[in-house]
Amino acid sequence: MNKDIWVFIEQVQSNISGASLELLGEAVRLKSKMKNPGKIVAVIIGSQLSELIQVVSMFGAEKIYVADHRKLRLYQPDYYAAILTHLIHQEDPHILLIGATYIGSQLGPMVAIRVDTGIAAHCVELKIDDNDNLVAVVPAFGGKLLGDILCPNYRPQMASVKPGILEKPERIEVQSQIVPVDINFLSLVEPKLKPVGICCHEPKGVPLEQAEVVICGGWGVGDAEHWQMLEKIAAKLGGAVGCTRPALDEGWSQGEHTMVGTSGKSIRPNVYLGFGISGSTHHVCGMKDSKLIISVNKDEEAEIFNFSDFGLVGDIKEILPLLMQSLGIS
Amino acid sequence: MALKIVVCVKPIPDPAYYKDITIDPVTKTIQREAIPTIINPADKHAIEEALKIKEKFGGKIITLSMAPPNVIKNIHEALAMGADEAYLLTDKKFAGSDTWATSYILAKAIEKIGGIDLVITGTETGDGGTSQVPSQLGEWLKIPHLWNVIEFKIKNEKEVYLKTKIENGFMEWKCKLPMAIAVSREINTPRYTTIMGVMKAKKKPFQKLTFDDLNLDEKRIGLVNSPTQAGNLHLLDLSRKGKIIKGSKEELAQFIIDNLKAGGISVEADPIICSCEGETGNE
Repeated sequence: MNKDIWVFIEQVQSNISGASLELLGEAVRLKSKMKNPGKIVAVIIGSQLSELIQVVSMFGAEKIYVADHRKLRLYQPDYYAAILTHLIHQEDPHILLIGATYIGSQLGPMVAIRVDTGIAAHCVELKIDDNDNLVAVVPAFGGKLLGDILCPNYRPQMASVKPGILEKPERIEVQSQIVPVDINFLSLVEPKLKPVGICCHEPKGVPLEQAEVVICGGWGVGDAEHWQMLEKIAAKLGGAVGCTRPALDEGWSQGEHTMVGTSGKSIRPNVYLGFGISGSTHHVCGMKDSKLIISVNKDEEAEIFNFSDFGLVGDIKEILPLLMQSLGIS
Repeated sequence: MALKIVVCVKPIPDPAYYKDITIDPVTKTIQREAIPTIINPADKHAIEEALKIKEKFGGKIITLSMAPPNVIKNIHEALAMGADEAYLLTDKKFAGSDTWATSYILAKAIEKIGGIDLVITGTETGDGGTSQVPSQLGEWLKIPHLWNVIEFKIKNEKEVYLKTKIENGFMEWKCKLPMAIAVSREINTPRYTTIMGVMKAKKKPFQKLTFDDLNLDEKRIGLVNSPTQAGNLHLLDLSRKGKIIKGSKEELAQFIIDNLKAGGISVEADPIICSCEGETGNE
């Protein structure tokens, strides 16, 4: 039985998911904590991958399985799961890590059923116990509670982690062994599901996760007009706007990708400014790592004040125009 | 083309009460008994999508839940929205199942119901939030499945067109029924229940199924047999000093500007002066 740590490398249109590289970095850390470590192994699936293999080899992958074929250009769950299942049955890895991206969130649990093992979802921390086994820390009840998840009797021990949760990976020079995967067996797989198109657009403005200042709005912002003020102030400050679930449901925000919370984005800006936010556990768990948290709410009893450094009791409809004026926004 | 649709509906502890959750210091178990249950919000979008499909093509909507027996109120709400029949899987042997075991039990129940064209779930639940059950259910049923579906159209002859979300965009798919989909919240807006719906709900067929009704391997279900096992629990202390700041609107706005600067954000701002100095009574 080996102690190899595998990482699924997700690529969409020749862009490697940040989550995958973060997981490679995490694999290096986990390996350093093991008494009898195995190899760090990456699995990459897609088409025309030679440049991507170069990238993967710079982040500590000692062995890289490459399934490179035209019919793997677009993500097809049955093909991708069949390749991972095939390799797992062949090599019996100790741990398999996968990004909790849109693709990984489907692929990970699929593979867990096919190879008959457990998977811990959306981990916020990964640890190694005294027996070199994986301890996956997962949030529950909106993130209020963290629980250790173990997978004592099945292999591989699988875990998924959302993008941006783990630290940025460091470059590590290793001699990577490249192993092409023979995918002839895929001719036996006849998927009923056909990917017929893909559309990606460049995100506008500063990504929420990278912004130094994030202005979050909740239901208390009240209307689209005041939401526009949040957007303008954030743009002026070089920051980004986040929202809560109720503000998203009202249709004020730019969309689901701007929601901050356990089931949305996790942010850690230098300054978090919250307007009209009640302070649900879900939202707080997505912004708790912000360096400075300032919240404005007209209700002195608002829950959010307990999770803030400063709670400003005031009417945001009065304060936002003043901020606009001060910052020279017309 | 009448379709037989199963919608998975999970009763969950109401997220509005999550701040009250505590851990029993002696037994190390989660104290959540006092928290009322609601229909998992994402699952209402699954019910809505089924209703829209039924309105267009006809058919039958069957809700499937796995929960303790005291969730009848939630099941009636799903029926009041317009579902036709409900099944509740309830057995002490099911308790503590992880996503592997839960999806296995749900799949066996769907097999028992039989002849299903479409399985619809939400993308995630508010309590566990793993998002894993939809895909694992599709695997057990050995039918094609997609997660985070933002558009679902049935063409002729049970051929379907779908869109799923990916980072910064979407993918488009073609498939044939039967299949399983987990719908994103943005796919629709769930309808409210009506008084008529509520009255009808209580007369609709509702059946409980237990371990004995399903063809299950007892060694693969429940807390003890699940592949993943829970270890230590920790409550997160999220609280900060929460200093309350009161003052005039100008003072509060100036406070924000000053603290942006203190937080290292480059700000070019004019001082905020009270336009009605001397007239307000603010201290």
